[in-house]
Amino acid sequence: MNLTLKIWRQKSPKDKGRFETYKVEASPHMSFLEMLDVLNEELISKKEDPVTFEHDCREGICGTCSLVINGQPHGPNKGTATCQLHMRHYKDGDIIVIEPYRAAAFPVLKDLAVDRSAFDRIIQAGGYISVNTGAPQDGNAIPIEKDQAAKAFDAAACIGCGACVAACPNASAMLFVSAKVAHLAMLPQGKVEAKRRAQAMVRQMDAEGFGMCSNVTACEVECPKEISVKNIARLNREYLSSSISSETKV
Amino acid sequence: MSWFSNFLTSSIGQKVVMSLTGIFLILFLVVHLAGNLQLLYDDGGKKFNIYAEFMTSNPLIKTVSYLLYAFILLHAIQGWVLWRKNRKARGPQRYAVKTTKSVGTNSFAASNMGWLGTIIFVFIVIHLYQFWLQMKLGNLPMANYDGKEVKDLYAIVSVAYDNLAFVIFYVVSMVVIAFHLLHGFQSAFQTLGINHNKYTPLIKGIGKAYSVLIPLGFAIIPVYMYFFH
Repeated sequence: MNLTLKIWRQKSPKDKGRFETYKVEASPHMSFLEMLDVLNEELISKKEDPVTFEHDCREGICGTCSLVINGQPHGPNKGTATCQLHMRHYKDGDIIVIEPYRAAAFPVLKDLAVDRSAFDRIIQAGGYISVNTGAPQDGNAIPIEKDQAAKAFDAAACIGCGACVAACPNASAMLFVSAKVAHLAMLPQGKVEAKRRAQAMVRQMDAEGFGMCSNVTACEVECPKEISVKNIARLNREYLSSSISSETKV
Repeated sequence: MSWFSNFLTSSIGQKVVMSLTGIFLILFLVVHLAGNLQLLYDDGGKKFNIYAEFMTSNPLIKTVSYLLYAFILLHAIQGWVLWRKNRKARGPQRYAVKTTKSVGTNSFAASNMGWLGTIIFVFIVIHLYQFWLQMKLGNLPMANYDGKEVKDLYAIVSVAYDNLAFVIFYVVSMVVIAFHLLHGFQSAFQTLGINHNKYTPLIKGIGKAYSVLIPLGFAIIPVYMYFFH
């Protein structure tokens, strides 16, 4: 199949950037990233600069791949990352527009790669539990109710890829932050620091320059792990109640 | 800063301000419509004028009305601040191609609340100038009911609703309000953290019915008066 790709090329964070058009011949069995690999092989053989894009595990669990494909983060399929998208979903002659995530908090580094370290700083602010290291506890030492465990697990499925920010008209990181806060707040090990965590993570999220949640729900639609906006309601609850009940005066 | 000002200036706190003022305005619209529907009585405006007199003289209602003015302004200003911050958060470079889909809400309304709100704000300013300011400061004709002198607000309302251009402006504004409410009603509850398997479908159902019925009720009044009074 012959495809026309319109790819955002940007030499550096300071470069203005522009779209470049490429022709590529792909097989329907290829993954989307393999199709980009083919393009890059060609560019390298022509002594041109290959397109920079991020990838790692290529099986939908690491959250490294990104890309906004024809206006949708991770492409047209539901509940999958870009690396799980295959060329059989396209047809011969298709024009595919490929852009990086667009958000002030995710500046473009080069071409399609953006700096998502804002997410790391949000996690560092409170997306963890404090435990003594040593021998692991017995798996069932603390009983957790089944429904609660399932909900916590659904939230924990977040791979931190940032598609929620890319999909959001406000570039809000609320789905990501809510998944982390909800996941830990629903488990006994995470409850201990729940109040401090909700406050610290929201503070860091605001400091990074992400937008506010308008409850558009585009994040849930585009999330490769189908994280529900119910988690955002939980984050709102956690934040509201911790603001009111926390004994810290500031 | 105190914890409270920290809360109010946080992203979630600012949204809570939008949510609470929004819910107050949602409640206000019901009262406002109930009062306005008295314009439909074929009594030369007697019921409506007596009601308008009561609403502008009762001390409790006057107090609530000051709260209402404050909340309309707060909702508008806070909304405008959020709108600006959100535009900035998207960064300088926009997507060349972008589709925005939604689940459980109207994606057009959800992603255009700022524009819809701006139109509503312009409508409110015109609406207040035309009726509220005239009632407060204008030189209204007086009506006499059983020896009681009241301002004849009905008179200027019926003159306004004789003007086709104003009737159209009014109806179009109600469509805009309907879209604003279609997203805003259920969104207000989500912002407060209320999302529950049992109650959210109910909230969304009531929200949809409300967003259609209330603006429709308001829109019927000028249309009815234009054709039948």
